[in-house]
Amino acid sequence: MELNDIIKEENRVYKRPALLTDETMHYCPGCSHGVVHKLVAEVVEELGLQEKTIGIAPVGCAVFAYRYIDIDWIEAAHGRAPAVATAVKRLSPDKMVFTYQGDGDLAAIGTCETIHAANRGENIVIIFINNGIYGMTGGQMAPTTLEGMVTSTTPYGRRVDLNGHPLNITPLLALLPGTCYVTRQAVHTPAATRKAKAALRKAFAAAMEGRGTSVIEVVSTCNSGWKMSPAKSNEWMEQNMFPAYPLGDLKNELTPNVEK
Amino acid sequence: MKGNEALAHAAIRYGADGYFGYPITPQSEVLETLEELMPWDTTGMVVLQAESELAAINMVYGGAACGNAVFTSSSSPGVSLKQEGISYIAAGELPALIINVMRGGPGLGTIQPSQADYFQATKGGGHGDYRLITLAPATVQEMADFVALGFDLAFKYRTPAIILADGIVGQMMEKVVLPPQRPRRTPEQIAEQCPWAITGKPASRQRNIMTTLELMPQAMEEINVRLQEKYRIIEDNEVRFATYGLDDCDYLIVAFGSIARISQKAIEIAREQGVKIGLLRPITLWPFPSAEIERLAARVKGIMVVELNAGQMIEDVRLACHDSVPVYHFGRLGGIVPNPQEVLDSFFNHFPQN
Repeated sequence: MELNDIIKEENRVYKRPALLTDETMHYCPGCSHGVVHKLVAEVVEELGLQEKTIGIAPVGCAVFAYRYIDIDWIEAAHGRAPAVATAVKRLSPDKMVFTYQGDGDLAAIGTCETIHAANRGENIVIIFINNGIYGMTGGQMAPTTLEGMVTSTTPYGRRVDLNGHPLNITPLLALLPGTCYVTRQAVHTPAATRKAKAALRKAFAAAMEGRGTSVIEVVSTCNSGWKMSPAKSNEWMEQNMFPAYPLGDLKNELTPNVEK
Repeated sequence: MKGNEALAHAAIRYGADGYFGYPITPQSEVLETLEELMPWDTTGMVVLQAESELAAINMVYGGAACGNAVFTSSSSPGVSLKQEGISYIAAGELPALIINVMRGGPGLGTIQPSQADYFQATKGGGHGDYRLITLAPATVQEMADFVALGFDLAFKYRTPAIILADGIVGQMMEKVVLPPQRPRRTPEQIAEQCPWAITGKPASRQRNIMTTLELMPQAMEEINVRLQEKYRIIEDNEVRFATYGLDDCDYLIVAFGSIARISQKAIEIAREQGVKIGLLRPITLWPFPSAEIERLAARVKGIMVVELNAGQMIEDVRLACHDSVPVYHFGRLGGIVPNPQEVLDSFFNHFPQN
């Protein structure tokens, strides 16, 4: 069989989602953002929500998320994405509104906005990329930085007596009556990525059904900030991040109907 | 009704789409009145008590980005918190209405009336080179009227407008004629009138992105130049002021908001004593009525600027008249409101009549 006989539309098993733009991503090789962006694009496309979806981009590495997914976007001030999303969703309840935030954006400067939006049960999806570091500004300590972890502002490792404890915020959000679905995922293996995508689908459907706030934490790597190769980063994440931030559903009040 | 209540009624009747606010004296009646009137059942307007002023102004940013007529209100310490969002709204060239019912500062200050946020409102307030169309009401009627004026100007120029009221105008009760109820714009009308709005991307257009980030300095300078060009157009077209007794005046008092009314009373008393003072009351604090003040300065012996602050608008008056005549200031601070006689005493102190 000739090569040209194989490369045919009917034989295609995988393609780039139509909603990912042609723009070259600025993310470092091995970064989790690219994979999560792809999943968001796939889910929006598969649910037929392009015309209804409004993304709220954060400040942090994903500040340019609006360059990569072909939907309408609002770039929020640092930490304020849940407040922006609240207004967008309240004023246009038929829209699918999600925020895309890092750990500094969501769990430090935006803690107040995040907790209150979730507690009000805004019908939005919060996608939370937790890599334990400030990637965009050059690898400073984040609220989720692990004890002992070296960053540019904890050059000798995070010390609890100096820097406080890592903030495990997702279980806090699961406690709030406004949240309907709170889960912690990863995208470091194909199996984990498939699970993360299923979680995103559930969350997007729940938001459109007006079920309350969904939070999808994605425990992620930052090989540039962690100063490790992508492969080593994945290994380090499994050994260190997962024990502190275990994967799985923290809350799931969705009916089987939504889960499909 | 109270000035704050008039604001709330006028906003519903304007057909506003959303209000986001946080309680603070002396403006809490805006939120209270809106919650009491339940406009979500009548016009469909969204009313939300936010967790902070910071959240409220960012809700306004989000709502405005979607082409909605949205507004927020607060008082001085709360408006300081809003400066982050106001800068983003100005940078995003979004229409929005902000209301500051000023109280005395600095710090937590007092809950009594003040005009000490003049600099903050008229010079920008947050980071970066931007301006706010600044409307200064002196009556409850103007509190009601300036809601529509503020929204209309904000949408005309795609820039935030602020109603800079003092605590007196917010709290005092006067008769007011409210505007007729207008319908809210439909999503179709918003999409047509605001093609830039974030409405969800249909197949028929490119995606809309509301961002204020531009890392290329050349491009960022171009954005700034465009903003400045817009501000010059606003300065050329939107100056508003009221006057009293200018035809025959030998002296001029410049005052805005409630203290302008007290100053007018002082002028009436002076005229009974044969001293002819005129009043110029800027309605737009930015754009400032510089040309009119320059014109008047050419034919008066002196100017007194009366403010409930330590001397803020006086800088714009002196710039307007190039210090061609003596310009003095009279102000009370920290929430004290002077009576007309005090204003007059200060005038005669600065400008002794034989």
